[in-house]
Amino acid sequence: MPAPDQHRIIFRHVDEPGYSTDLACYLRNGGYEVLRRAVKRRPEELIDEVKKSGLRGRGGAGFPCGVKWTLVDRKSGKPIYLVVNADESEPGTFKDRYIIHQDPHQLIEGSMITCFANKVERAYVYIRGEFPEGARILEKAIAEARAANLVGPNILGTGYGCEMYVHRGAGAYICGEETGLIESLEGKRPYPRIKPPYFPAVLGLYQCPTIVNNVETLCHVKHIADMGGEAFSKIGTPNNTGTRIYCVSGHVQRPGYYEFDVGRLTMGQLLYEVCGGPLPGRKFKAVIPGGSSAKVLRFGERFKGKRKVGAEMVEYDWGVEDVPMDFDSLGMVGSMGGSGGVIVMDDSVSMVEALGNINAFYSHESCGQCTPCREGSLWMKKITARMVHGDARAEDGALLKSVADQIAGRTICAFGEACAWPTQSFVAKFGDEFKAYAQARKEPGAEGAPELV
Amino acid sequence: MNLKPETVSRIDEAVTRYPVRRSAVLPLMHLVQEDIGFISDEAIEWIASRLGIEPINVYELVSFYPMFRRKPIGRRHIKVCRTLSCAIMGGYRTCAEFQKAFGTKLGEVSPDGEVTVEFVECLASCGTAPVVMIDEELHEKVDAAKARALCERIKAEAGAPAGKP
Amino acid sequence: MIQPATTDLITVHIDGKEVSVPKGTNMIEAARRVGIDVPHYCYHSKLSVVGNCRMCLVETGMPAVDPATKAPIIDPATGRQRVNWMPRPAIACATNAMPGLHVRTTSPLVKECREGVMEFLLVNHPLDCPICDQAGECKLQEQSAGYGRGYSRYIEQKNVKPKRTLLGPRVMLDDERCILCSRCIRFCKEIAKDDVLGFTDRGSYTTLTCYPGRRLKNNYSLNTVDICPVGALTSTDFRFKMRVWFLKQTASIDTESSVGANTRVWSREGTVYRITPRQNDGVNDTWMPDSGRVLYKAIRGEGRLESVRVNGTESALDFAVKAAAELLTKGGAAVVGSGRSSVEEQFLTRRLAAALKARAWLVSRVGEGDGLLISADRNPNVRGALVTGLIDALPSGGLDSLGALIDSGGVTSVVSVGEDLAAAGLSASQLAKVSVVYLGTDANATSAAAKVVVPTLTVFEKHGTFINQQFRIQRFARAVPGVAGATDDLVVLARLVGAVGGPILGADVGTLWSAIAAEVPALATMSYSSIPDTGLLIDGAPWAGLAFAEGPTLHYTPAAPAAKEAARV
Repeated sequence: MPAPDQHRIIFRHVDEPGYSTDLACYLRNGGYEVLRRAVKRRPEELIDEVKKSGLRGRGGAGFPCGVKWTLVDRKSGKPIYLVVNADESEPGTFKDRYIIHQDPHQLIEGSMITCFANKVERAYVYIRGEFPEGARILEKAIAEARAANLVGPNILGTGYGCEMYVHRGAGAYICGEETGLIESLEGKRPYPRIKPPYFPAVLGLYQCPTIVNNVETLCHVKHIADMGGEAFSKIGTPNNTGTRIYCVSGHVQRPGYYEFDVGRLTMGQLLYEVCGGPLPGRKFKAVIPGGSSAKVLRFGERFKGKRKVGAEMVEYDWGVEDVPMDFDSLGMVGSMGGSGGVIVMDDSVSMVEALGNINAFYSHESCGQCTPCREGSLWMKKITARMVHGDARAEDGALLKSVADQIAGRTICAFGEACAWPTQSFVAKFGDEFKAYAQARKEPGAEGAPELV
Repeated sequence: MNLKPETVSRIDEAVTRYPVRRSAVLPLMHLVQEDIGFISDEAIEWIASRLGIEPINVYELVSFYPMFRRKPIGRRHIKVCRTLSCAIMGGYRTCAEFQKAFGTKLGEVSPDGEVTVEFVECLASCGTAPVVMIDEELHEKVDAAKARALCERIKAEAGAPAGKP
Repeated sequence: MIQPATTDLITVHIDGKEVSVPKGTNMIEAARRVGIDVPHYCYHSKLSVVGNCRMCLVETGMPAVDPATKAPIIDPATGRQRVNWMPRPAIACATNAMPGLHVRTTSPLVKECREGVMEFLLVNHPLDCPICDQAGECKLQEQSAGYGRGYSRYIEQKNVKPKRTLLGPRVMLDDERCILCSRCIRFCKEIAKDDVLGFTDRGSYTTLTCYPGRRLKNNYSLNTVDICPVGALTSTDFRFKMRVWFLKQTASIDTESSVGANTRVWSREGTVYRITPRQNDGVNDTWMPDSGRVLYKAIRGEGRLESVRVNGTESALDFAVKAAAELLTKGGAAVVGSGRSSVEEQFLTRRLAAALKARAWLVSRVGEGDGLLISADRNPNVRGALVTGLIDALPSGGLDSLGALIDSGGVTSVVSVGEDLAAAGLSASQLAKVSVVYLGTDANATSAAAKVVVPTLTVFEKHGTFINQQFRIQRFARAVPGVAGATDDLVVLARLVGAVGGPILGADVGTLWSAIAAEVPALATMSYSSIPDTGLLIDGAPWAGLAFAEGPTLHYTPAAPAAKEAARV
């Protein structure tokens, strides 16, 4: 079956010739009409629409957005904050970059609708420090919006006010973790908080109820407010609604960003048809479907089981190419939809070295607060670095897995899983390479094998 | 602290954006670093006193965030991405080209004082790997050849007056 | 802190045992109550909870109920309600008591968690045990022996960090040993209110540091050494001096001020090596000031008196007592007692004053309180003097009134129990006008001028009690034998009392307390051994109107600020 066409709702104007980031252009294209209509409705209605829509977070966790908003403590009397998570740092992910740099007003409009729905009066956009141009574009866009009363003390004359500020990060992946982000925003070392009791919805920024949402998620809110939650829920697949932007990188002919209805295309369709298949003379070897924290899939693997389709339980027997690109299916085959970052590796890549590269990333980015992640991530990095640059032992794969097993589930935040899953899955799926690595290193390297560690 | 008047007014504005002054520490560090080029001892104490916090509270952050530096760097700042997607597309080779062209090691100021080359983590442009940031500009699909070309351009621009943003 | 405990009781189940705890109690404390040890590093009962060491991971579960009917689901095998155990372990320090909460600390999962965390903690830990002061009281040693796997699989290079950094005058830092629990940082910020410590760098390279140019030198810096679970923070005074397993521990009291912080004196074969705080949740929690820790150095101080002397000549105690009695019974005697004497000594001092029909003075010492564990009254036991009746008003005006009496000839002999009369305000000429009997530990102007000098003991060399600012009577015990030549204060005082015509009283705390309980109304119900380790509050109402000097400190709020203002000297 051929791949469906892209369904560019969020990315409608990305790379559009003549489209610019200024307010006038956005207004010409129907901008802020949805906000105009939204502020005439009751805030609770808007929350209901988002709940009905089934929108799941696009930052990596895939948590239902409507449920997140429902958990907000509205009884405490404390101000409610919105934090826009624009810290896009998950390796393999590059969608929020384009929203921010090319269509910032979409983000502002979606954020303002979110703020109105949740009676938020102050929002901060935490943008990664490595997007300096993006921060300037956003500041300018917010200023234009403020001048037009689309942001600020009296939005569209309703009396409802919400201020929005840009806050730049400075190069730490852990600031993408919601409580790490909040600590960073408060001016402290970005150590994630223990949950319980510090759930952001109850004790977030300045110990006030806080909503932390990803850039793409907030853009979807705009479109949900526009078409209605029910209409949105019909896009994509049940429980995996709407569209999402897949970011494909690595060894494909046409890497890049592609927006599709969630789950309406398979991995194979995405990689072969949309992205043109492997590079000349190469074969796909492995793919990480949801950002580097997601577990790797090995081409040639088969996944068998039963899943719910409509009202029935249906058997599935999938190769990697057959897996539908939605949260649940990817979860069923032992990985995750994550941030949508699809990293493709072909047969020129040594999986041991690829893991070495990933381990170096996580050990570098570990905040160091809790024991398993702090020591475990660096230990795993030292093992793979030794394997590549020193002496590899046949049992190193098993040791790596054992170390990773001691991290996942034992840490303060999901970084523990994020640094453990790559190791666990690489060793599980490519254990033969790990065992044979010491010997393989003595032989001449594969043609065109890149240096990775 | 010898800051430009524009920096001081931007600092004053930044502090007003937060109900708790301490939140302004990151924006202030960015502004100070943009102004004087790095975070000096004096800057740490100045920022701490400006925000009514202890110097250790600022010091703790400077070393946590890779984007802040304690010493001046070269005139041009080259950041090559080393994470998986860029690495499998040749990022290490790209980085080696930059180092070779200026005879410099990672994190140091090159002998001619022109560049500092850093090998940084994912810059969120994996689809156009390998990517490099030179100062605040992103360069995409920087293979070894393009890297050499960029080095030539930097060397040519080195003759021209400083145009650092 | 997460939630302070309140007084509602909640029943939780730990390893099958039921325990009722106040609402808000965390599972480490709840487990302690039923004798179950949940290993931990970063948790401290007096500091905020951070949950970063992950050593206290336990399994938690709630009783299973039918989601629709809420009826309990019974396990057919046991006949009891099934417990739904969470697949993910939770940290006990941050899990507070909830009705129905079940906790497992001995399951295979918990064992794995502990072995994993121990292995990780040891991965970059240096092999310093042979040279590390913490050995013998090191939580890493204890918990790796108790809960670790017992072998290492780590063959990589360990991280290198700065060693032997002098953080402050009394604290040495070895960064490699640090397990980054952050107790020291939290203590300095939350308790000592001196935010100087922090972490720099990131990940496993994170390093504890003081801001360059600043030092960890506040008067509570050594508490960080106490609470450091490993040997990262060590005391410069104690460094390399003694292995802790050779040391005997004796309960004592900090005599710096009327706070009466509880302490522990560590000694071996007659030598004191260090002083640490002793936990008393009603007085000092788990803290004490640094300045109180050096007081043991007075035991072997330069000026320590070493022999009984009469008119400058060394003599026997009996002879000295007889000589003193002759001087004092001539008439015109005065007694100067001390706020640093124990309750028992003050009791005997009062008996002495009564037998001599002499008036008693106390020397006051008032300074600035630090709001934490040093109060404005630098005498530890003024209230003891009040309770025993040695004085009936707070000391004020120095010894001016005594000086006036000396000048007018009304007082011709003075017995001073541990107070230097010159430092307390008497002039050299006044001192020269009287015959002085001096009982004390150190040489000073008074001992030089005295006709009879009897060396006595420091607080570390005798038993006794003090009454602190809360009117709490607390015991201290002998840690080391008295130096050669010194006599127990109670012995010499009892003999003096007898020699000047007073009753014959016992000279050891045990027997003396029968007399104390019989004669001092406030202490009627007790004996020395019946006083608990954390002290006993007595009724301070009879002295409530007095203008005590102390302001608020930890666990103490003065009652009547108006009276204090009115009576300011």
